[in-house]
Amino acid sequence: MKDYIELNSMQIDAIKEISNIGAGNAATSLSVMLNRKIDMTVPQAKIAPFSEIVDFVGGADKEIVGGFLRVEGEMPMGILFILPKEQVMFFMEILFSKHGPVSPDWNEMYESAFKEIVNILAGSYLNAMSMITKAVLNPTVPAMAIDMAGAILGEALQQIGEVSDYALVIENVFIEEKQEITGHFFLLPEPGTLEVLMKSLGVL
Amino acid sequence: MDREPIKVGMAEMQTAANPDRLITIGLGSCVGVCLWDPIIKIGGMVHVMLPDSTQSKAVHNKAKYADTGIVLLLNEMINIGAKKGRIIAKIAGGAQMFNFSQKNELLRIGDRNVEAVKKSLGEQGVRITAEDTGGTYGRTIVFYTVDAQLLIRAVNQNLRII
Repeated sequence: MKDYIELNSMQIDAIKEISNIGAGNAATSLSVMLNRKIDMTVPQAKIAPFSEIVDFVGGADKEIVGGFLRVEGEMPMGILFILPKEQVMFFMEILFSKHGPVSPDWNEMYESAFKEIVNILAGSYLNAMSMITKAVLNPTVPAMAIDMAGAILGEALQQIGEVSDYALVIENVFIEEKQEITGHFFLLPEPGTLEVLMKSLGVL
Repeated sequence: MDREPIKVGMAEMQTAANPDRLITIGLGSCVGVCLWDPIIKIGGMVHVMLPDSTQSKAVHNKAKYADTGIVLLLNEMINIGAKKGRIIAKIAGGAQMFNFSQKNELLRIGDRNVEAVKKSLGEQGVRITAEDTGGTYGRTIVFYTVDAQLLIRAVNQNLRII
């Protein structure tokens, strides 16, 4: 396989299925952490040129909070979880309100909490993936940034930019029962990783 | 009323003539390279994503790399009337958005992009008259072909013009 653009619809469906299981796990973990019911939408798997990917999250200048980690091992890939900046405080209020009033100013404690959310989401997602593929997956510690969507996505896409002009983006939207939280979870597999994935799903 | 600025997306390239403006929204570790011919007031912008095309297995899009992107933009500008000896450059971007805990040279792609852009401009004999690079924040840049002013906007910062 040379490029994402050569994937057929059956292969994309298989990726969506694995993503569905991963995101289901992730939503459950998030529910436990926040003690709230968290649902998710059916995942979208899209192959798009780099210049169009920022449109999925509301444009290149939208302010977002992003957590990024790399997965090393047999299936190298990048994982990016992003939330609109105005929604991230919703999580912080749930997590910290039992200890008194929650400061609206971003601080190191929030940063750690956000990274932990990304860790839990990615961990449950990757568990599903390694169960199915039997591959060894080693995630790095997440890094985070609060800035324009274009700048954050750009850096995540650079990791796969050496081999492609397109990215396969798997997008999951998480929804909290009272308030809609549109967290986007991007799985950015390197092309070699796709082959491993396809083989283990029996669609290559 | 001014016309809308011409958008340059990730790993894309555009040229424009006075009075048009070129814009790139949300530059992170990528570098926006702006070229300008002061006599005929033609400008060009390329959104460089990676430093070196020779590291890549298959180069489909030359605008993505510092080395090939700058040459491509120069040639395009010369095709529409610019003279190489007159062209100047302004560059912005090359930040590091994520602060990784492990120190891996390969992850410092912003710095590597800036270095590669400077090297490539040097090889082509194009002088850099202004730059706004590095840092840990994203930039939106607008390039005016009328006078080569480069306007830089970042989150929670004052507007800058270089």
